[in-house]
Amino acid sequence: MIRLVTDDLRPPAGPPKRHLLSVADLTRDDVERLLGTARTFAASLDRQVKKLPTLQGHLVVNLFYESSTRTSSSFELAAKRLSADTLSVKSVGSSVDKGESLKDTALTLGAYDPDVIVIRHPQIGAPQLVAAATDAHVVNAGDGKHQHPTQALLDLFTLREELGKLEGLHVAIVGDVLHSRVARSLMQAFALVGIRTTLVGPPALLPRELPAETTTDIEAIRDADVVYVLRMQNERMAPGENFVPSLREYSARWGITPERLRTGQKVMHPGPMNRGVEIDPRVADSPDSLITNEVRSGLVVRMAVLYDVLTGGPVGVQALAAAEVA
Amino acid sequence: MLWQKELPGADLVIRGARVLDRTEGIDATLEVRIDGGVIAQIGAQVDANEHRVVDAKGLVLAPAFVDPHVHLRTPGREDEETIASGTAAAAAGGFCAILAMPNTDPVVDSAATLGSLVETARSEAAIPTGFLAAITRGQRGEELTEMGELAESGAVAFSDDGVPVASAGLMRRALQYASITDRPLALHCEEPTLSRGGHIHEGRVAAELGFAGYPSVAESVAVERDLALAGYERGRIHVLHLSAAESVEALARARDAGIAASGEATPHHLVLTDDAVRSLDPNVKMNPPLRAERDRVALLDAVRDGTIEAIATDHAPHAAHEKDVPFEAAPFGVTGLETAFASLYSHLVKPGLLPLETLLERMSAGPARIFGLDRPRVATGARANLVLLELDREWTVGEQPFRSRSGNSWLLGSRLQGAVRLTLAGGAVVHE
Repeated sequence: MIRLVTDDLRPPAGPPKRHLLSVADLTRDDVERLLGTARTFAASLDRQVKKLPTLQGHLVVNLFYESSTRTSSSFELAAKRLSADTLSVKSVGSSVDKGESLKDTALTLGAYDPDVIVIRHPQIGAPQLVAAATDAHVVNAGDGKHQHPTQALLDLFTLREELGKLEGLHVAIVGDVLHSRVARSLMQAFALVGIRTTLVGPPALLPRELPAETTTDIEAIRDADVVYVLRMQNERMAPGENFVPSLREYSARWGITPERLRTGQKVMHPGPMNRGVEIDPRVADSPDSLITNEVRSGLVVRMAVLYDVLTGGPVGVQALAAAEVA
Repeated sequence: MLWQKELPGADLVIRGARVLDRTEGIDATLEVRIDGGVIAQIGAQVDANEHRVVDAKGLVLAPAFVDPHVHLRTPGREDEETIASGTAAAAAGGFCAILAMPNTDPVVDSAATLGSLVETARSEAAIPTGFLAAITRGQRGEELTEMGELAESGAVAFSDDGVPVASAGLMRRALQYASITDRPLALHCEEPTLSRGGHIHEGRVAAELGFAGYPSVAESVAVERDLALAGYERGRIHVLHLSAAESVEALARARDAGIAASGEATPHHLVLTDDAVRSLDPNVKMNPPLRAERDRVALLDAVRDGTIEAIATDHAPHAAHEKDVPFEAAPFGVTGLETAFASLYSHLVKPGLLPLETLLERMSAGPARIFGLDRPRVATGARANLVLLELDREWTVGEQPFRSRSGNSWLLGSRLQGAVRLTLAGGAVVHE
């Protein structure tokens, strides 16, 4: 393979910056450390006073170019629970509306010396661009169809809390895999911790060359411990797209109904749900649904991520745990 | 058909170089004397005639390069490239002739627009420059341009490069009408309903990164269609920037069947695969996209065996602020004039994948033959279109500023071996 040498042109590197841009950048140790930190924070949230002084004096900027409920609210709350200052910028109503480029917006926000920039953007690689343009630690809160690493981490956290283990589990991911950054992040995260993945969906919505078990047959979910349901995006139904003939047909063949599930089979969904399309309301609201657990995990995992990029390493976690005891 | 500003013909003696021109059957250490821009004497020892003597010991003297596929961005985007800057970049890359594509603003679809470009080339072009004209008005794929008048005004060939001619019926009419001009149609083969929305090759990298895919078959079905039409109409076509193994196979079959078809490959498709996109660097985004290793190998085999007769840079300058955005927001296209030889020498010739003589032929005589241009050659009486190459010299791309107005090189920061020491184009020294 030909490698293009670029390193020798870069200016001398400063101290390494910690970012969370992609699950692909994580090792199994990183995942264990992050899940451990999240666990510590989960315990702290059981107390009456939920705020920790950990990130006092730090600035966390939330830069959202796409609408979001769960991710933006949980990042904001996570930063506040850790006593950081927060600043939220949304593309609507900001200079982005006036055509400012991502790089210029990043440079502008970078002038406030934020410690962390959390970014969601509809285009692949936007977090990498912000990381290159600013001195902040950058956390990817979803970039196009590429990555959503904190979603994958919160799902691992949820699985471990609810099923007691990760290694050896079998998860079926069902739906529009092609357009799903959640599916891509999950597959990498699952591979890292030894979870078997099966992808299930309509032919045109399964990427051709993913290194994973793939099938169009919904019966394949029977063997799985967990069924992970992806959102079926309405824009895939635009005239002329023809990914599937209709939502009705999609729902009939790939919708997750109580009849298609075994007793005790757990169900997850990253939200927002289209009840009655990819998931039957009875499934969403059943005791085997882990969907609200995922939302709760989102808060503590994002606290862990903010803490980790700023302090890093298991030493910090131990110090925090010690502080808790004292 | 080529235009250049007026430059004094060189009086020069080049001594000690290995002279390499396979088409002329020359590979020997020889001296070459140039009088007033014309090669006057070639021999073991030639008289200096009080000319300046270039000591070329250890260097290679070869016919200079011809690039049949360049975007000069003029008229319309002179901030990205002009005829002056683009031809200066070409001179630095060892080229003695380039052909510019008509997808400018306005499109080169009338004799008036072509005429103003010819005017500008006469006063600004550092090296001989030719122009292609559009196949359809405004490159809209609806009505044919006035090819007869355009050919008389100097159009070298016709192309809607940048966009495909989507309608098979219109392509047939274009082939029929172009026959009166004796000019080839240079075709950007892409089936838009298959490539639609795609940013990179549809393969494992696209699947893993989440990019919308632009499959190989989007190119190869269009290549198959146009080869079939060319066969039926006995027309002459040149397939631009081949990228997929299936397209190369189709071209080889058509040539065997006697269809008048030629093809070109770019340095970036011959050197990189879609694996490079993992960097998310917009400077590896181009149309057609970088493809899989099997495609790269097929292109390389075809360049080696002559199925692909020409190497073309598809030099496509873009403003820095337009490329300094997330990959999906960036325009397609990379520059290549100043790095073409060095990139291919470093990555194909040095590792033993392509003989030097073949590379030199595909960068010079090959494209000249396809477009009916005078072949640059080392022969007495020929105008001096020569390049002096220093094969051992290593350099870093981007360390020296580009002559091109744009810096969107896919090789930025890359270390290359092989440098252009001197270029003679149209008889004049245009780069040293």
